[in-house]
Amino acid sequence: MKMAIRKGRVIDPASGLDQVQDVFVAAGRVVGLGTAPADFHAGIEIDASGLVVCPGLVDMSLRLREPGLEYVAGLESEMQAASAGGITSLACPPDTDPPLDEPGLIEMLKFRARSMPGPRVYPVGALTHQLKGERLTEMGELHEAGCIAFSQADAPLIDTAVLFHAMEYAASFALPVWLRPEDSFLARGGVAHDGLVAARLGLPAIPVPAETVALQTILLLMRQTGARVHIARLSSRAAVDMVRQAKAAGLPVTCDVAIHHVHLSEMDTADFNPHCHLVPPLRSLRDRDAIRQALADGVIDAICSDHAPVDEDVKERPFQEAEPGATGAELLLPLTLRWGREAGLSLLQTLDKVTHRPARIMGIGAGYLQVGGPADLCVFDPEGIWQVSAESLLSLGKNSPYLGHEMLGRVHYTVIDGHLDYRRP
Amino acid sequence: MTPKMTPNLQLTPDGRLRHLLTLDGLPKRILTEILDTAQSFVSVGERDVKKVPLLRGKAVFNVFFENSTRTRTTFEIAAKRLSADVVNLNVSASSQSKGETLLDTVSNLSAMLADMFVVRHSAAGAAHLIARHVAPHIHVINAGDGRSAHPTQGLLDMFTIRHYKGDFHNLRVAIVGDILHSRVARSQIHALTTLGCPEVRVIAPRTLLPRDVSGMGVHVFHRLEEGLKDVDVVMMLRLQNERMQGARLPSAGEYYKHWGLTPASLKHARPDAIVMHPGPMNRGVEIDSAVADGGQSVILPQVTYGIAVRMAVMSLVAGANS
Repeated sequence: MKMAIRKGRVIDPASGLDQVQDVFVAAGRVVGLGTAPADFHAGIEIDASGLVVCPGLVDMSLRLREPGLEYVAGLESEMQAASAGGITSLACPPDTDPPLDEPGLIEMLKFRARSMPGPRVYPVGALTHQLKGERLTEMGELHEAGCIAFSQADAPLIDTAVLFHAMEYAASFALPVWLRPEDSFLARGGVAHDGLVAARLGLPAIPVPAETVALQTILLLMRQTGARVHIARLSSRAAVDMVRQAKAAGLPVTCDVAIHHVHLSEMDTADFNPHCHLVPPLRSLRDRDAIRQALADGVIDAICSDHAPVDEDVKERPFQEAEPGATGAELLLPLTLRWGREAGLSLLQTLDKVTHRPARIMGIGAGYLQVGGPADLCVFDPEGIWQVSAESLLSLGKNSPYLGHEMLGRVHYTVIDGHLDYRRP
Repeated sequence: MTPKMTPNLQLTPDGRLRHLLTLDGLPKRILTEILDTAQSFVSVGERDVKKVPLLRGKAVFNVFFENSTRTRTTFEIAAKRLSADVVNLNVSASSQSKGETLLDTVSNLSAMLADMFVVRHSAAGAAHLIARHVAPHIHVINAGDGRSAHPTQGLLDMFTIRHYKGDFHNLRVAIVGDILHSRVARSQIHALTTLGCPEVRVIAPRTLLPRDVSGMGVHVFHRLEEGLKDVDVVMMLRLQNERMQGARLPSAGEYYKHWGLTPASLKHARPDAIVMHPGPMNRGVEIDSAVADGGQSVILPQVTYGIAVRMAVMSLVAGANS
């Protein structure tokens, strides 16, 4: 079906394009910007006047909860939620049940994802068998089955020798390794930042060195092994500074942050709100401000949703017993826009963090809006106001620190592979 | 941006005490009201008929997810002296082991027409969670949640200090021991700073102190003798058995040598200093028997005042109904 999206403000961070013009789509590709190709007859006409047309969002961490956790959420609901959030490509971490550690599981997941509408799904394979941190997975086979990278998700990898060899092995195939830096001994039993709020409330704490000690190990092993490493979910100013220095020294490392850590801090846990129990923990205002600055100056490459739908039964518990995580697929765009507005950045600069940059790190041909490129598009109203509520979220995970809050920035249409995948009701 | 602020859970819209969850953020006026009310109940315990009818017909459920003898007993006595019907539940042994969630347990107990829950739980914030979910007429009193708060203990300690020292405005108070894991210490610190105590000290090795503890308005000391110098009140904390040896402390013996309160170390405090302990004591670990049983010890009066203070809290929250 051919599609014409008319009079929108077309923004492409990859090329720096920011101009009101028409976008023409055919056979899954963008076939014209501004002027239609000869003999173009649109089957679908979309009036995008007053709206922004940008590349579909690329989310580096979005949990679909399949296989094994379908009682919480599943492909159908979470892919719909992602699409409603303007996401057209997503990487799903391997922390499913069983973990994504066998080619058969990857093939099944990809098959299921292809059989329904929604974003393109890129599985991240388990770095170790069952994420236990003991034995390597068949990374070669898993890559052929469709894994774009390998990670431990939030599972600990205690044995440094296993980490070292996993990185060496991945480097043999030039496969990327995505690691969230956390020393399991220093983090053991902790649920909150080791700061003023944890001191007051008596919450078991995770000190900043839990992140920096592990990060230092990863950076050293990266230099030694030549592995392609992406650092996931930074939380502290000290870790941000270490990445800044490593990049300045020429190390080809990339990193991301989860959207909630761009806005929230330990202060938001002060009333024991279990929705603010996140992994890594929300740290101090200084840490949060360092994250925001590092995003703006490019030290942090990308923002992900770290979408984690959690059942009410395991969320409505005392803070330290509540399952960590927040739903985020539908909040990634408005909260990223909020950061950009508060930081005084242009839409080009802001959207880069959720489109072009993550797509490049993932090594997928997406996250840009150019003639000949994929017709993966997000059409949103930057002034559109909506309220976060259990009803307004399509995700089965209603666990959000922002329940009851108003969001600015509302997706009207999501186009995936040239098809209108989501239309705001 | 901060997510939606919840109103102060503990207070009614017109500022009266509805639940007692923590002393953190509770206004001085409320603390003083509790202490004054407790004063009026002290005499009740000295009468032949030790009862007043303030909670007649009310059902108080002592819901203990974590074992306790002393705290549960004093709450039970306090409720009975107020003429309430008391039900004791040791939940750790029953429904929790069957997988029932905390909120389900509480809903079930609410259906048994409880008017007040006295709750102890191993997780910080458990009492807050319950208070957020109970029906408007039900009151929640925190009898200890994880490392977070033990507000009635903090209040009875304040009552004891006020009894012996008159008021808080010229006092130096030292809290000694495992601050990091202590809900008692947190409640004491919040109460002392709210009531206007000008100098609160904490004395402990670094391994037993929260990282940003000075942000709570206390002075930090690592050496006992320095920290005790010229203090008016010494509040000892219990050292849990499982913490005596491990990554945070090498041995009970070394702890006693450096942080145990002995007649010799107590000499650094003012001669009229009082010595307190929330119990149960480890004699020879955090405190020497000669001090625990000595002339400066007010450890047993603390227990007695605990009943009056808990009566005050129960009657005040119940009164917030009308």
